[in-house]
Amino acid sequence: MIEAHDLTKDYGSKRAVDGLSFTVRPGIVTGFLGPNGSGKSTTMRLLLGLDAPTRGDATVNGRHYRDHASPLHEVGALLEARSVHTGRSAYNHLLALAQTHGIPKSRVSELIDLVGLHEVARKRSGQFSLGMGQRLGIAQALLGDPKTVMLDEPGNGLDPEGIHWVRNLLKGLADEGRTVFVSSHLMSEMALTADHLIVIGRGKLIADTSVDDFVAHASQKVVVVRSPQLERLREALAGPGVSFEAAERGALEVHGLTAEQVGDTAAAAGIALHELSPQQASLEEAFMDLTRDDLEFAAEVEAVA
Amino acid sequence: MSAVTPIVRLPRLETTGRVAFHRVLLSEWTKLRSVRSTKWSLGVGFLLTMAFPVIFSFVTRSHWHSMSPHERADRHPLDIALAGVNVAQLAIAVLGVLLISAEYSTGSIRSTFTAVPKRLPVLWAKLIDYAVVSMVLMVPAVLVSFFASQAILTNIHQLQISFTHAGVARAVIGGAIYVMLVGIFALAIGAIVRNTAGGIATFAGIFFVIPPLMNILPLSWNNAISQYLPSNAGRQLFALQHAAHTLTPLAGGLLFAAYCAAAIAIAAVLLVRRDV
Repeated sequence: MIEAHDLTKDYGSKRAVDGLSFTVRPGIVTGFLGPNGSGKSTTMRLLLGLDAPTRGDATVNGRHYRDHASPLHEVGALLEARSVHTGRSAYNHLLALAQTHGIPKSRVSELIDLVGLHEVARKRSGQFSLGMGQRLGIAQALLGDPKTVMLDEPGNGLDPEGIHWVRNLLKGLADEGRTVFVSSHLMSEMALTADHLIVIGRGKLIADTSVDDFVAHASQKVVVVRSPQLERLREALAGPGVSFEAAERGALEVHGLTAEQVGDTAAAAGIALHELSPQQASLEEAFMDLTRDDLEFAAEVEAVA
Repeated sequence: MSAVTPIVRLPRLETTGRVAFHRVLLSEWTKLRSVRSTKWSLGVGFLLTMAFPVIFSFVTRSHWHSMSPHERADRHPLDIALAGVNVAQLAIAVLGVLLISAEYSTGSIRSTFTAVPKRLPVLWAKLIDYAVVSMVLMVPAVLVSFFASQAILTNIHQLQISFTHAGVARAVIGGAIYVMLVGIFALAIGAIVRNTAGGIATFAGIFFVIPPLMNILPLSWNNAISQYLPSNAGRQLFALQHAAHTLTPLAGGLLFAAYCAAAIAIAAVLLVRRDV
């Protein structure tokens, strides 16, 4: 369980996190979604007590992170920025962390095997590829068998197989009743992994919703239609909040209406439809819609500055 | 289509433990021994401490017959025996800075502080681990330096001095303590500056730049101030004779230790307060 209340962080005059309140529940995977630079990594550092909030409060498993007697058993974290000494081997890096809690060496080897780093575990980690560094970070997060797992962009640098592996891992961890909090800037990845979504933009909370609701909401609003009378259909559908885009092979993509609305309108106007399909693939777009205002605002601010 | 990938299961950990200071000590020891740069700095410091006295002893022995009485009178066996300490201190200072600055430059400090979020035990453990290793290496190094240089100079009566002669044992062991304290001071600077280049530059400024600058001051000022600089106070630990304007070994050693304590106190306050 992670609870943030009015969490706010300023760096100089820049507000990175702005009055964020949310709860991350155990037993499900919660996606933490936002464009790059929206404050996800800062929020995670605040949760871990690495940075002190300007205002507000955050607890993990009921306590401030700093007040836990066995932090690695409570929370396992993968931080986005590299957090390994480049001159130290993966094995020694994990061993040094394990030793702070009296975790045995056998656990270190177990985790190295789990993430598939056995071959390179004794090499200096500075020579690791991005993907290997990411696997080491995941091993670090899981070292203490933690009740809460917090991963910042775990998919970064992983190949499709690795991403698939992480997805299954996260689901497994949630199944066991752990709290799983994963950040990403990719909506499509979160739709496959997460059960619940917390979306932020420019440090502010934009949405706190289940993935099912988000998907339903998003897919309702984009429909691909094919018709021999496409121009007439377009005229019949036109209205406030409705826009069109040409789709492939002469189809039309209708934004802002549900499949039911498009079908009913076509029937009323006596227009034949050859295809009417709500689009599941527009999640990324829905996410963009959700965060666009913030990005536009950001662009304006930068243009002025 | 391949079969559905099974859910990945994380093996359970049978036992759980709390963060405890003896565990942080062990963890910091693992870190200290598992990086090349620390091993090199320690090794170089250790070898230089012994190499310089041996070289100087041989050079002095081979040139002794051609030295003027005045020049001969200028030689002191302890200066030769502890010549390496002045060189080793640089290697050890670099090590002291690196022990913490490298954590910041590589980002590993974030891992360290998620494991030990109270933070201060990490600083204490680094200091203790370093101090123990430093003494374990430097005490034998200065003893070898002393007895080796005495053995090489065995035929030169004027340069023979007994280990039990007043102040000799203190000066020899004082050399090891001095090097250890230099590393502690450097570690504290590294924790304050959080940057390797900046930390080494700050140390060099305090130890190698400011002292000679004092010579520009009027002599009376120089005499009054110089003895209280960290480097000059510390070096009384291994000085045998002391001049009019130097502290006693005990006073100098205590003053240098106080400088170290002050630097550690600043480092500790900043360590807890700053974001990482």
